[in-house]
Amino acid sequence: MADRPVPVAEKRLMDVKLGELPSWLGTRDFTPNGLINSVRGGYERYYNKYINVRKGGIGGVAMLLAGYVALSYLWEYDHIKHDRWRKYH
Amino acid sequence: MALNFFDQFMSPTYLGIPLIALALSLPWVLFPTPSSRWLNNRLLTLQGWFINRFTQQMLLPLNLGGHKWAVLLTSMMIFLVTLKMLGLLPYTFTPTTQLSLNMGFAVPLWLATVVIGLRNQPTVALGHLLPEGTPVVLIPFLIIVETFSLLIRPLALGVRLTANLTAGHLLIQLIATAAFVLLPMMPTVAILTATVLFLLTLLEVAVAMIQAYVFVLLLTLYLQENT
Repeated sequence: MADRPVPVAEKRLMDVKLGELPSWLGTRDFTPNGLINSVRGGYERYYNKYINVRKGGIGGVAMLLAGYVALSYLWEYDHIKHDRWRKYH
Repeated sequence: MALNFFDQFMSPTYLGIPLIALALSLPWVLFPTPSSRWLNNRLLTLQGWFINRFTQQMLLPLNLGGHKWAVLLTSMMIFLVTLKMLGLLPYTFTPTTQLSLNMGFAVPLWLATVVIGLRNQPTVALGHLLPEGTPVVLIPFLIIVETFSLLIRPLALGVRLTANLTAGHLLIQLIATAAFVLLPMMPTVAILTATVLFLLTLLEVAVAMIQAYVFVLLLTLYLQENT
């Protein structure tokens, strides 16, 4: 089945094929305003999908916190990798 | 085993951005703006309920002039509680363990209460320096003591917050290391230590909330004296 060809710039990230990725990145807006808008858009998508629902549970916030823990671990990895079991300190 | 137990209090940098920047901006993400709907989602309802109860409780000792501070004090409380509770998660960084941050909160707010008191009602504000009913002989000495206690308030506010949190985090790390090391050798003792660790974690959760509350409460009291 042949889909109607869509210009690369209008596709969402999940629909972009790997080979088209550099050209897709070239069309994105990397100015500070553009970055802020993309962050805000991403946050609102997450919020409206997981938290702003009628019977939201703990999952929405828990995923956010788990991501924060993982990010903190990544941030501190250089620092923590010296913590190892040693016989002599 | 950690080489140095104080390493957890250093703010690590990654790609030139210190982790404290992420830790300080996270509370902003966790408290979304209420929409204009009548019924919000569960998260916002819970937060709104808590904030309402807290503000009502906090504004009890203040007269009308002090009510102008309501937004500031409530947001301080929310910010401090969130920072601390987030700091209890593993691998995270607690910004309130840094004395510089706590002094940055304490000194301007305390100074504002003092200046407001001295500006609006200077006699009453200065009158606080001498408690009623002191013997005449003790008056000069007591004025010096009261002035000193007034001047040391910001230091006490900041250091109280820093010291409580730092001590709590250190204790958790020490006991956790002890339990971890004892596990292959004496399992029973390790289980006891693990129980202590569990209780300590509960305590830390409580301390986190209480410390934030105490900070804000003292500010309201200072405000009450001076408004």
